[in-house]
Amino acid sequence: MEPVLQAKGINKRYGKVVALDNADLELYKNEVLGVIGDNGAGKSTLIKALCGAVQPDSGEILLDGKTVTFDSPIEARKTGIETVYQNLALSPALTIADNMFLGREIYKKGFMGKFLRFLDQSGMQEMARKKLSELGLLTIQNINQQVETLSGGQRQGVAVARATAFGTKVIIMDEPTAALGVKESRRVLELIGEVKARGIPIILISHNMPHVFEVSDRIHIHRLGQRLCVINPKENSMSDAVAYMTGAKAPPSN
Amino acid sequence: MSDISKDLKEQPKFQEEIGDKSQEHHTFEIEKPNTLKKIQNFLHGNPTMIPVIILILSVSAFGMIAGGKFFSAFNLSLIIQQVTIVGILAAAQTLIILTAGIDLSVAAIMVLASVFMGKLSVQMGIPTSVAIMVGMASGAICGYLNGWLVTKFRLPPFIVTLGTWNIFFALVIFFSGSQSIRSRDIEANAPLLHFFGERVKILGAQFTYGSFLMILIFVVLWFVLNKTAWGRHVYAVGDDKEAAELSGIRTDRMLLSVYTVAGVILALGAWVSIGRVGSVSPTSFYEGNLDSITAVVIGGTSLFGGRGSIVGALFGALIVGVFSSGLSIAGLDVLWQRFALGCLIIIAVGIDQWIRRISN
Repeated sequence: MEPVLQAKGINKRYGKVVALDNADLELYKNEVLGVIGDNGAGKSTLIKALCGAVQPDSGEILLDGKTVTFDSPIEARKTGIETVYQNLALSPALTIADNMFLGREIYKKGFMGKFLRFLDQSGMQEMARKKLSELGLLTIQNINQQVETLSGGQRQGVAVARATAFGTKVIIMDEPTAALGVKESRRVLELIGEVKARGIPIILISHNMPHVFEVSDRIHIHRLGQRLCVINPKENSMSDAVAYMTGAKAPPSN
Repeated sequence: MSDISKDLKEQPKFQEEIGDKSQEHHTFEIEKPNTLKKIQNFLHGNPTMIPVIILILSVSAFGMIAGGKFFSAFNLSLIIQQVTIVGILAAAQTLIILTAGIDLSVAAIMVLASVFMGKLSVQMGIPTSVAIMVGMASGAICGYLNGWLVTKFRLPPFIVTLGTWNIFFALVIFFSGSQSIRSRDIEANAPLLHFFGERVKILGAQFTYGSFLMILIFVVLWFVLNKTAWGRHVYAVGDDKEAAELSGIRTDRMLLSVYTVAGVILALGAWVSIGRVGSVSPTSFYEGNLDSITAVVIGGTSLFGGRGSIVGALFGALIVGVFSSGLSIAGLDVLWQRFALGCLIIIAVGIDQWIRRISN
């Protein structure tokens, strides 16, 4: 089977520091790929290369088997790769609807939209409401509420809803539960399941082992700038994963 | 954070056991400061209400103190005439402040544009319409220069505009030769420059075309800021620049356009100011930059960017106008006018800080 998103032999140096040393990654259809690794292993550089925030020195990124190059996150987004950043990249003073369409607004039809660039606000609100309720986030009642009045989990929900509204190929989630309490984390993990059920593969980067093991189909372990191994969470324990990650135990040969 | 969640995870039973009781306890505790919280919530959603309330209060207060003299249609329309220039300056200033910037050079840009308009048409005999175009272009260039310095060299807007304020002011002196252009000469050679000073009388009230233009600028900016993507992006850039960038907004291009648009508005203000003052004086509106910031801040726009409304700046300018008119009709010294304004600024920023605390 051909991977949806593939990284082949990616190298990235920052001066003398080698962040990525011939790193590979494959993401297949209908899966959640967990990405774990110790601090400084290079996993965030790898993810940034995939979402266009970092340009690799060499190596290839393939989307549906075709080579792509991203000069910015905007270009990655245009191909259908959406990223939910750890800091969410939401504007707190703007409303939920504004935030969901920030940077890719829908304009009114006809003269008002075409020449005066007026926004189709009711259309965007309608779509935002639809997306939120599809993901079971109807607890947010007022789509014109400012994002800063929402709880951490609700904000995460808005960011995820934004990603699913536009992410047609791949969704990358960077530490989505790091800032959340127990209940809210649970909700976000459910959300990941719902997004997966909609047929969009997900890359999940997290330090939280129980969360990664709960939702991932495969787990990519990153170490010293490369992929160390890919393990099946059903056949490996969390302590195994930590041991591989830190180099305390040799990785399984697969 | 992870410590807290760990703690919670270890004690799920405890929570379930006392669940009902603890909720009762909580609702009781939350309800007590409810009215204040409600006010805070309301103001958070409607930031323009503060200047509106202050305006209503000050109008009624001065109405009671100064009586019918203050409330006459003539006096009220005079206030609008008097705030026309500060209002236009504040409109441009609001755009900049919404992006979390500040522009100390607004008045200097305006005066420079008015010097170009007057000098070219009156003293050099160039057709007035061309002179006006040159003035408009000079405003746009000055604004663009500010934006370029802010985005290209990552300098704080405060420093950039502190510098350009002095540079533009020096250019004003250079191009004008420290000479005013007299009203009589403008009337004789370039009457078009006085266009916005012309008055219409409606029921004893007097309005200048300039006042109408000011209102028009505010109306247009309101629509642009609230109904177009450009306007939403102004807020997004001021609110959280990094988030805006990640959302796909080209923040540098955005800032550049905001500073340039502000420059164009200021150049329009230059044309209006010639009509309002009559002459072109290189030393006029020296405090215009601070007056415009005062109006914006009293109008409820946050100096930290991303929050506030363009209409607030109009109300802010009107409040300043009402204060100076009311206090002078009441026969109080100008010093008390300044005193009151100073208090207003501090109160306005204090309220802004209090409202912003809602998110925590």
